[in-house]
Formats: sequence, structure tokens, C-alpha cells
Amino acid sequence: MKIKRGIPLIDQHDKNGFYGGKFGGNYVAETAIQPIKDLSNLFEKLRRDKKFLKLKDHYFKNYLGGETPFFKLENLTNYLGGAQIWCKDVSAIHGQAHKGYHATVNALICKAAGKKYIVGDTGAGMFGKNLAMAARELKLKCKIFMGTKDIKRQAPNVKFMKDAGAEIIPVDTGSATLVDAVSECMRYYVSNCDTTHLAVGSAIGANVFLKICAYSTAQISKELKTQVIEEFGEIPKMKLVNVIGGGSSAIGFWSEFIDYPKKHVELIGVEAKYCAPLTTNAKLAILHGAAQYCLTDKNGQIKETHSISAGLDYPGVSPLHCFLKDTGRARYCSASDEQALAAFKLVTKLEPSVKPSLEPAHCLHEVIRLAPKLNQDEIIIYNNCGHAYKDQKIIKDRIGYFPS
Amino acid sequence: MMNRIDLAFKKGQIEKRPLLITYTVCGDPNKKKSLEILKSVSEHVDIAELGFPFNCPQADGPDIQNSTYRAIENGINMKQIFELVKNYKRYKNSKPLILMGYYQIIFHYGEKKFVKKCKEVGVDGLIVVDLPWPDNKNFAKLCKKNSICFVQLIAPTTTKKRMKLIIKDSHEMVYQISMISTTGKKLKVSAKEIIRNNKIIKRINPKKNVVVGFGITKKTISSLKECDGLVVGSAICKAISASLKSRQNPVIKLNKMVKFLKNKII
Repeated sequence: MKIKRGIPLIDQHDKNGFYGGKFGGNYVAETAIQPIKDLSNLFEKLRRDKKFLKLKDHYFKNYLGGETPFFKLENLTNYLGGAQIWCKDVSAIHGQAHKGYHATVNALICKAAGKKYIVGDTGAGMFGKNLAMAARELKLKCKIFMGTKDIKRQAPNVKFMKDAGAEIIPVDTGSATLVDAVSECMRYYVSNCDTTHLAVGSAIGANVFLKICAYSTAQISKELKTQVIEEFGEIPKMKLVNVIGGGSSAIGFWSEFIDYPKKHVELIGVEAKYCAPLTTNAKLAILHGAAQYCLTDKNGQIKETHSISAGLDYPGVSPLHCFLKDTGRARYCSASDEQALAAFKLVTKLEPSVKPSLEPAHCLHEVIRLAPKLNQDEIIIYNNCGHAYKDQKIIKDRIGYFPS
Repeated sequence: MMNRIDLAFKKGQIEKRPLLITYTVCGDPNKKKSLEILKSVSEHVDIAELGFPFNCPQADGPDIQNSTYRAIENGINMKQIFELVKNYKRYKNSKPLILMGYYQIIFHYGEKKFVKKCKEVGVDGLIVVDLPWPDNKNFAKLCKKNSICFVQLIAPTTTKKRMKLIIKDSHEMVYQISMISTTGKKLKVSAKEIIRNNKIIKRINPKKNVVVGFGITKKTISSLKECDGLVVGSAICKAISASLKSRQNPVIKLNKMVKFLKNKII
């Protein structure tokens, strides 16, 4: 299995939608085949259409707020006494998470397809919130599917969705978390695929859905590449550390750097300890339309997962990450709830300007672990892909306070 | 040798009536009862569809999901399902049996091993909801080799060009999804439209037996008599849920219900 150079990662699939001959595909019901084919044709046309690209850039700049900041965490670097730690603060975006990119692109595609209805799944509520906001902006009717467990634990985002005029469909099946929300949302799509656009919340699902997502979040690494060159005059030897749930932020954070040798730009993904198909050598399974490494039980049923972080509480992972893992381009490890909380505590104490949500707090654990072992000329960049406001209650309950 | 599914359709043609096909989930409400239900309804049905549960289904409505969760909670697995089929097949009134489910369970079990086991226990056909054409070509061939009918699906969204290709690769039976929906929703298209689509499929190859499923209930079944076969699934799963709720024996209730359905189409 090999990554082809000079070809965007999302386009490295075969004619059946498989990466590396085994990850991804289109395991969907016959009813959805033609609508998905239509969407795929439309997406391939739009991403080469100058007018659409201009429109997308317009929304990224004027609606999402343009380039997100890139800066050094001086205090954390000094405290750990090793590698330089830099932050790409994607949480500074309007919508406060990288989900803004693919929510907006999906809404624009929905509009271009002439559809009035858009539906999406959400775990942490970041995609739900961003999709609801994008739908309002583009005058689309929006439904968000969310597990009842997540509705409770990510209440601030539920309010955002409601205020933006979206209808929230609570999902109470199975573990009542993201995996069930995605299943229910896909079922809704099967029933309404003639009138409704499906926006999948991460780089998962049948081929076209993960492509749209990863295409959109790639904005992160496009900006980062320019910012890094501005700062260092070149692409220095560096490590890009990102949290992995479904894997949408990491794919976006890394996509411009795939062709660099791994000794030059190392890619490190951090999963939540009990939702870690890549770290635990999980079996290949078919979930939500795609073949991927996924936690299953001995009978092949999809396993329930447990994480403090609703955005990571998912048993599968993007086929693109499976591909990066098996080709050896990226390496994956995991962090527990407690490790993420400890990382959050340390980082917010030393760096009051960043407020990582529980998702990026997981990758900060790995940053903190790695930095002291490295020399001061080495560079670690982490993606601060979401803001902690949504986790205020959980954090307060667990560590006793929420930093102001 | 003619497949038992084909024989069932021949019988229907002679008797000038559509086949009645029922769907129940294996292990719902438990292993023992689900076999009893299957045996009991066999008195009236022509082909029995038996679901093998998967906990992240893409096209099941709430009624089948409820049955699925009950079965999974009771710990049902493929080993037990194959045992149950084997038991059922020994029963004197047994009918051709089609296993229906999602690809993950087959993939996890191993395609070849799965089909071999199906043949061994007497499964006559297979429906795999999320393994569409042309990705199912090799698997369908593997089924054929083992005398198992791989049932291709056709939806209202399937283009005519694709329909022709699917039918070319289909076996004895083709499944027409009545409407754009998951299972068990209210019919949102007219019987006339479903029959019109049915005729389009039949015209491509009149020899194929085309059954219609999704949204078929006591109320709607008689309006679709012209088709080769009619599948009732969610309505049955719903009846099982209802009888459990009211503490009735689902075996007796289901027998009555299936008899009623049969009378509606003869």
C-alpha cells in the first residue's frame, strides 16, 4: 500500500471508492446510490468551478472570519524545556471549531444542488452548531441528529443550534451517542434523499461524504503552510499533532504536508483511550457506508465506546486515517480522559489565551509528553480545533473550576 | 435442479396469486420464540425472510430496529442463527428461507465461510442491504455457485440503465423497494405507481420474479396483488412488539395476522 505523490489524499481512491484497495467504498442501500452518484458528480464539478471556489473563499473569509491565528506557546515551551510548541488556533474561527469549514461547504453544495433541506449528525455539537448556522446563513431548512446522552452533556451547543433555527432530532438508540446519531441521520437520508442534502459531520461515510469533509477542512493546512513559511522562511522539520475522533480536523491539518517525508513533517494522531481503533489494532469493519478500522465485539456488532469527549466517542475512524496508518505516513497513539483533563489544566494555566475543548486537550497530552524529550530547535504544532466553552460544565465537575 | 425459491414462484403462477413473504428478525423476542414464530407462520407464507441483526443498520425503520435490539440484547449471533435455520429446515412445513441483513456481519464472519455455512444449513437466498451492485458481483457469483439465490435490490431512484445491468446479474428473485424510504414507513406513493415501476422491471426480463417490499401492511397488501410477491416486514415486527407489550403470545398473534394477510391476496 502506497501514497501517490502529487495527488491530493482524498483523490487516491480507486473507481469503487477504496483507498489502498481496502478502506472506504460505498456500502449503502440501493435507494441512496443514485443520489450519492449525483452528489459526487456535482462535487467534482464544483471543486473545479471558479465561480464556486470564489463563493467558497468569500464565505470562508467574510462569514467564517478568514485566516485563524498561528502562534508560539512561549510559557508552555519554557515550562517543558524542550521542543518549541506552536498552536494553530482553529477555534478562533466563527463557529469555534474546524467543523465550520465543512458545514459551510456542505450548505453551499446543498444550495448548488437546488435542495432546500440539509441534515447532519453531531456528537460534541460543534458540527451541529456550525451546520445550523450555515443553514440559517444560506436560508436552508436544517435538521440535526444528536444522541440524547450528548444533548445533555453538550447543552451549550444545543442552544446554539436551536437559536439558529435548526430542528434537533434526539436519538435514543444504542449508546445514544455519535455512532447512533450518524446511523439515524443516514436512515433519514435514505428516506429523503430526493429532497435532502446529507452533510456528514466527519471524514467518514460513503466516499463522496468523506471527500467533501476533508476537502473543506484542508483550509487549515493551506493557511498553516503559508504561516509556517512566513515564520520560519521554509517548511522546517516539524511534528503536527492532532486529535482523532472521526478524523476530520487531522485530515485538514495534515493534507498539505502528506508529500513531505515523515522525518521532515511527522504526523501524529491522538485518539481517546477507549475509542481508539487505530491505536488498538481494531479489525476492519463496515460502518456507516465505509470499510474502516472499527471497534467491534466478537459477533461483529459495533461496540459502544466511552469518552469524556463527545466528539471522540465513536468506534470507527475515517478511512483516510486507516490509509495513512497502513502506509506508515502517520502514527497514532491515545490519551485517557484523565490525561486530557490534566493537559487542559496545565495548558490553560500557562497559556490563558488558549481554551482547548476536551477534544484537542487529548492531543495536548501527547504534546506535553513529547516536548521535553526533544531539542529546543525542534518544532511541534498542534491543532487547537475546538473551543472549551461547550465543556465548561464537564470540566468544572471534573477539575473543580473552569479557567476564566 | 430448480432452486426452491423458483419452485415457490412457479406454484404462485399456477395458483394465479402473489407469494406472501414475511420478514422476522432471528432471535426476536428470543431464540426459542423466534423459531416458534417462524414455524407457525410457515403455515401461510410462501417464502420466509429471516433477519440477522446488526446494530448500525442504514435502512431499517423503527419497528425492525426494535426487533433487532431485542434480539441483540438476547445475545443472538450467527452461530445460533445458523443452528436455528437448520432446525427450521428440518420442520415438515418449512418454506424457502432467505437470510437478510447487513454486510458487516458477513464480512466479519468471512464471505466464503458464511456462504458455505448457508448452504450447509439450507438457506435458499440472501439479501444484503448495503452491498449494492456492482460491488456485490463477486459475492453474488459465490452464492450462485453454492445454489443460493442472491437477491438484487431495485429502488425508485435506480435509473433504467442501471436497472438493466442489475437485472442482468440477478438470480431467480429481484426485490423492488416500493418507495424512497427506510422500512415500515407509510406508503407515500400510490399502488398504481409501484405497479408501474414493477412492470418496467418485468419488461426488462419477464422471467425474473419481482417482489415488492417496504410499507406493505394489512391495509396496502391487496392493492399490489398483481406483483409476483409481497414482503411484509415492519408490520410483523410491530405486531411482535405490541404482543410483548400486552403480554400476549406473539406466536398465536402472528399466525392469525399472517393468515389474514394471505387471505387478502388469494
